[in-house]
Amino acid sequence: MKNTALLAGLLAAGLVLTACGTTSSNTTATGGTAFTPPSLPALGKLGPGEGQLSVLAWPGYAENGANDPKVNWVTPFEQESGCKVNVKPFGTSDEAISLMKTGQYDVVSASGDASLRLIASGDIEPVNTSLVPNYADVFGFLKNQSWNSVGGVAYGIPHGWGANLLTWRSDKVSPAPTSWSTLFDPNSKYKGKITAYDSPIYIADAALYLKAHQPDLGIKNPYALDSTQFKAAVDLLKKQRPLVSEYWSDYLKESQALTSGDAVLGTAWQVTVNVTKAGNVPVESTVPAEGATGWSDTWMVATKSQHKNCAYLWMNYIISPKVNAQVAEYFGEAPANAKACAQTTDAKHCDTYHAGDSAYAAKIAYWTTPISQCLDGRTDVKCEDYGAWTQAWTEIKG
Amino acid sequence: MTNAPPGASPRRRLSASLHHRPRVRLSLLLSGPLIWLGLAYLGALAALFVTAFWSTDVFTGRVVVSWSLDNFATLARDAVYRTITVRTVGVAVLVTVIDAVIAFPMAFAMAKFTSRRTQRLLVIAVMTPLWASYLVKAYAWRSMLSGNGVLHWLLAPVGLDGPGYGLTATVITLSYLWLPYMILPIYAGLDRLPDSLVDASGDLGARSVRTFFSVVLPLAMPAVIAGSIFTFSLSLGDYIAVKIVGGTSQLLGNVVYDNIGAANNLPFAATVATVPVVIMLLYLAAVRRTGALDTL
Repeated sequence: MKNTALLAGLLAAGLVLTACGTTSSNTTATGGTAFTPPSLPALGKLGPGEGQLSVLAWPGYAENGANDPKVNWVTPFEQESGCKVNVKPFGTSDEAISLMKTGQYDVVSASGDASLRLIASGDIEPVNTSLVPNYADVFGFLKNQSWNSVGGVAYGIPHGWGANLLTWRSDKVSPAPTSWSTLFDPNSKYKGKITAYDSPIYIADAALYLKAHQPDLGIKNPYALDSTQFKAAVDLLKKQRPLVSEYWSDYLKESQALTSGDAVLGTAWQVTVNVTKAGNVPVESTVPAEGATGWSDTWMVATKSQHKNCAYLWMNYIISPKVNAQVAEYFGEAPANAKACAQTTDAKHCDTYHAGDSAYAAKIAYWTTPISQCLDGRTDVKCEDYGAWTQAWTEIKG
Repeated sequence: MTNAPPGASPRRRLSASLHHRPRVRLSLLLSGPLIWLGLAYLGALAALFVTAFWSTDVFTGRVVVSWSLDNFATLARDAVYRTITVRTVGVAVLVTVIDAVIAFPMAFAMAKFTSRRTQRLLVIAVMTPLWASYLVKAYAWRSMLSGNGVLHWLLAPVGLDGPGYGLTATVITLSYLWLPYMILPIYAGLDRLPDSLVDASGDLGARSVRTFFSVVLPLAMPAVIAGSIFTFSLSLGDYIAVKIVGGTSQLLGNVVYDNIGAANNLPFAATVATVPVVIMLLYLAAVRRTGALDTL
């Protein structure tokens, strides 16, 4: 009896503590129904550096020699700008979002599925691109896109991009596939050997396929799906599930599955293809006729940043031809700066990643956060938001 | 205090006074662990439970503090969560049974039929896998279960195929990973079982089978149940092995992980996380009814 009372007391204490700790900080939720970004000014003019900068980056985007002494582009920046850099790597877009909410970071390398959410919550402010001289050399097809601008206002500096490629073992799959249909055919002879990306955003791959193969659904943008279109995409993936050997989220694990032959067909990144090929495994990849989904990253400045001048200096530095080339080669992606292609150690790097190929880039539907306001401009219907995508993804996997 | 010699140092006075107040002494000793248990452990559980009633603004990712039962309604309404719960409990039960069946003879032999020296070697042998990283072991199973792995190579001559990645692979891997947590408690329990009881049973005319079922097994049952609590709860919460060898299947742990990692939906993750807690409480209540916990 005494013990029960003690337990109850402790539980109550825990409840009170947690309640106190959290209610105060969450009073300004904006509500996700309509998307009008908070009105924030961009930096008007560049001042002297503040001597400090906190960088939130994908692993490999802001190396300071800690992982590999030969890979270091933070130290030269520190010497050049006088801004001492703290780097915090993050593993997923959602981790980046929650870290940005702490207000401790000045710049972030956000992917398209994170950027709009950061803009909507007011954690990110517009950028004044005229203060970033190297912005002039960025490929035109990366500027003012739906994942790095809202209403013509730029919210960041493009960094690099890549496509989710149709990939196969050329010794085990013949003839070479030319369409995504090969991943969705219920009678596929590669049943149980197919691999698919493990994220709600993969629903867009199914939508992209339906866009080409079921035109009556009227899909224009695979990230803007009304309930009918969304259901069709989800149903397609549910039918695909028996064909799938496993869903991958770690590109090295996927490479291993391709190497062992547990998967012979699926979606992959260019870096996965390169890593697998380096192990003398015959893999090929392509962007099929229907196009492909992909990702495009953008450096963005935090609204609460106390070091905005250093942040601008960093953004200009990280996309400068030489550094952009180094990062793109280290990470395995297409650089954003057109002049970077002349600076890569592998002269064919930009060809491999189709860096300047705007036609190739146009075939890619870059990851964007689905919101209830349709991104393709329709106003007569409501689209399914990312929350619905997440729940559907659990259902698809069963 | 009065018993302390006059002029003694305050430290001595304190120790003397504590010596005469066993309850004060006990409460001082226990307060540290109890505060830890209360704040860090139960507090965290309470925080989790509170979060489950909130929601997330899916677009901005902010947690919205508005009390509602929506998360629990979703959990109850969507058939997929029932399927996953049943699948998870099934896997946990299967892993527990497999581990008990493998562990019991092993622990029995260790405790009763080997020399002290061999016993020590066997305990070390059982514990050795615990020294290796969980991830290394799980990935080792991934390569063994692969289409051109060791299992396939072994089974191919008899016309069989390896299980590939999926639920079977998950059960195999988890059984392997948690086996030491079953062997060690059973071994400890059987080691404490006095040989004289076995002898007495024999003296009274019982054959070995009768002795085993009437004397050894009832006395070892609390140890088996203790082991089963480990294997059952560890399997209920696991998501890493499932991610590595589970193929397309997902368990409760994966749903929790995906809701935090991919969806940034902490409230719903908390709601899902209450499911294994409830299952565990039910399990512990059932175990308590058997009386197995009384002798621990």
